[in-house]
Amino acid sequence: MIDLKDIYKIYSDGDSEIRALDGISLNIKEGEFVAIVGQSGSGKSTCMNIIGCLDVPTSGTYHLNGTDVSTMKDDELATIRNQTLGFIFQQYNLIPKLTLLENVELPLVYRGYPPQKRKELAYAALERVGLADRYKKFPSQLSGGQQQRVSIARALAGNPKVILADEPTGALDTKTGRDVLEFLKKLNADGTTVVMITHDNEIAAQAKRIVRISDGKIISDERQAQNL
Amino acid sequence: MNLKQSFILALKSLQTSKMRSFLTMLGIIIGVAAVIILVSVIDGFKSDLVGQFESLGSNLLTVNISPRGGNRTVDVDDMLQITDENPELLAYCSPTVMINQQAKFSTETSSTTSVTGVSEDYNKIQSLEISQGRFLQYMDIHKRSKSCVIGSYIAKEYFDDNAIGKTLKIGGNTFTVVGVLEEKASSQESSDDDKIFIPYTLSRTLNRSAKITSYLYSIVDKQRSEEAKDVISNALYKVFSNSDAYTVIAMTEMIDMIDEMTGKLTLILVGIAAISLLVGGIGIMNIMLVSVTERTREIGIRKSLGAKKFDILSQFVVEAATTSACGGVVGIILGIIVSIFLSGLLGFKAVISVGAVVIAFSVSVGIGIAFGYMPAGKAAKLNPIDALRHD
Ligand SMILES: Nc1ncnc2c1ncn2[C@@H]1O[C@H](COP(=O)(O)OP(=O)(O)OP(=O)(O)O)[C@@H](O)[C@H]1O
Ligand SMILES: [Mg+2]
Repeated sequence: MIDLKDIYKIYSDGDSEIRALDGISLNIKEGEFVAIVGQSGSGKSTCMNIIGCLDVPTSGTYHLNGTDVSTMKDDELATIRNQTLGFIFQQYNLIPKLTLLENVELPLVYRGYPPQKRKELAYAALERVGLADRYKKFPSQLSGGQQQRVSIARALAGNPKVILADEPTGALDTKTGRDVLEFLKKLNADGTTVVMITHDNEIAAQAKRIVRISDGKIISDERQAQNL
Repeated sequence: MNLKQSFILALKSLQTSKMRSFLTMLGIIIGVAAVIILVSVIDGFKSDLVGQFESLGSNLLTVNISPRGGNRTVDVDDMLQITDENPELLAYCSPTVMINQQAKFSTETSSTTSVTGVSEDYNKIQSLEISQGRFLQYMDIHKRSKSCVIGSYIAKEYFDDNAIGKTLKIGGNTFTVVGVLEEKASSQESSDDDKIFIPYTLSRTLNRSAKITSYLYSIVDKQRSEEAKDVISNALYKVFSNSDAYTVIAMTEMIDMIDEMTGKLTLILVGIAAISLLVGGIGIMNIMLVSVTERTREIGIRKSLGAKKFDILSQFVVEAATTSACGGVVGIILGIIVSIFLSGLLGFKAVISVGAVVIAFSVSVGIGIAFGYMPAGKAAKLNPIDALRHD
C-alpha cells in the first residue's frame, strides 16, 4: 500500500544542510496500524508529510497503491490526498469560521459530491465521533478533545484507505488521548490503514507495529505480536 | 468546488468583517457612483437643452445675411421666392427684425419685453396659438398698419387679460393690439410670453437701419433639413458669390452639436471617474493580498484536504469579484439617489441611463476579477506544507 524507497529529504540552509530524512525505506501493507516514534527533530513529521503527499522527497521513490507519486504534479497529488488519504493533525486544523458540519464536509466538497450527499456523509461521520448533535456549532465552541474528534470525523468522512495522524493525542490529556486512540484502533479494526506519530511509548505500544526514527534514519521496526 | 459555493463562501467572508469589507469597497462605491451621477446629470442636461431647442422648433432654418454684404443685397421678396420655388422642402418664411425700442403701456415702460418685426406666416413657423383675436395678416404687413400681437404675460400684466383693441406705444408710435398669444412659459417676465410682434414692414420706421438681415424658415420634413439648407445657400450664393456673406443654420444641426458636445464632456468626466475605479481596484488587490496572508493556514488545510489550484484560485477571485460587485451595487444605488437629489437642485431631470448602470456594474465585477487574480494566484501557488505550518 505505502512503499517508500531510499527517501531523502534535505534542507539546505546556506552552506550547512539538514538531512531531515536520510535514506528511509518503509513498506506498509493494507490494514496495518503503524506507530512512528522518535525524538523531537528526528524527522517523523517530514516522513509523514511525504507519505501524505503534502511534501515531495528530495530523492527516492514513493509508490502509493501501486502508483508512483514522487513524480506527480500538484493537482494530481491533491486528488490523491482527497480520495485516498485522511489527515489528523496535532493542532486539529479546523477552519474557525466554518461550522462543524461544513468542516467535515470539506474533503467531499473538493471531491465534487452534490450538497445533499456530502451533508449526509458528513453528518454520519460526526455521528461516529459522537458530535452529531453539535453539527451547527463552530470549532471555538468545543473543547480540544471534541475538536480532535471533529478532525477525525473530517478525516474519515470521505472513507479513505489510509488515515495519517501526526501526534493526534499531543495536545490532549491522557484520558482524552486514550479515547482518540481507541477510536483509531476501531477504525483500523474496520480495515483502514493507520499511520500515527507519537511521542508517547504507552500509546505506541497499542499499535500493531512500531517504527523508530532517529536523525532521519529508521533504527528499529518491530511488529507487536500481542496486538495483531 | 463550484462557483456557487465560492460565491456563498465569499458572502460569508464579507459578512464576518463588515467594516473592512466596506472600506475595501469604498473606492469602487465612489467610482461607480461618480460614473452614474456624471452620466445621468450630463444626459439630463442634454435632454433639457435639446428640449429647449426643440421647443423653439426643430424644423427651423435660420438665415442671417451679413450687414456688410457689399453692394449686392437680397430683399424680402427674394427670400420668400425661395420658399415658393421649393414647396417640397420649405413651408414658410418670415423675416425676423429685432426692434430696438422699448414698449410703453399707458404710463409704464417695460425693459424686458422684446419687440420683433415678422410676417403673417411667423405664427405658422413657430406654431404660435392665438387665444384672443387674430395674428397679423397679409394686409397688416402690406399696408404697414400699426397692429400688434402680444404675449400672454403682457395681456395679463398690463391689460387685465382684456387687451384686444387697446393700444400701446413703441418708439413713439401707437399700436393697436389685434391678438393675444396662448400662454407658453407660464406668463413669466422676459419669457416667451413677454413678447410683441409687429409687421416687419414697420421696422424701417422704428429702427435706424433699413436692412433686414435675419429670416426664419420652416421646413417640410426634418429628415431633409440638409437639402432645404442647400437650396437656400445656393440661392444666396448666386446673389453674393461669397459664402461668407450669409449663414444658414438648421436647428437639427444645433441639436447634433449639443449631442457631440455633451458626448465629449461625458467621455472626459467619466474618464476621470474611471480613475477612481482603478484606485478602488488597487484597494481590493491590497486587501486580498492581506487576506491571503492571513488565511495562509486555511489555504493549507484546504489543500491538505484535496483542494486543487483552481479551487483556491476561484475562491479568492470570486471573493474579490463579489466584494467589488457589492461595492458596485452600493455605488449604483448611491449614484441614483444623488442624481435624483441633484436633478431637484439643478432644476432639470437627471436621466438614469440603464446602459451606464449595466456598464458600471460589469466594470466593477471586472475590476474585482482583474485585481483579485494576482492575490488569488499567490494563494493557489502556496505549498501545502508551508501553508499548514504558517501561523
Ligand atoms: N522547512 C524546513 N526547513 C528547514 N529545516 C526543516 C524544515 N522542516 C523540518 N526541518 C528540519 O528537519 C528536521 C526534522 O523535522 P521534523 O519536523 O520532521 O521533526 P519531528 O520528528 O516531527 O519533530 P517533533 O517531534 O518535534 O514534531 C528538523 O531538524 C527540522 O529542523
Ligand atoms: Mg513533528
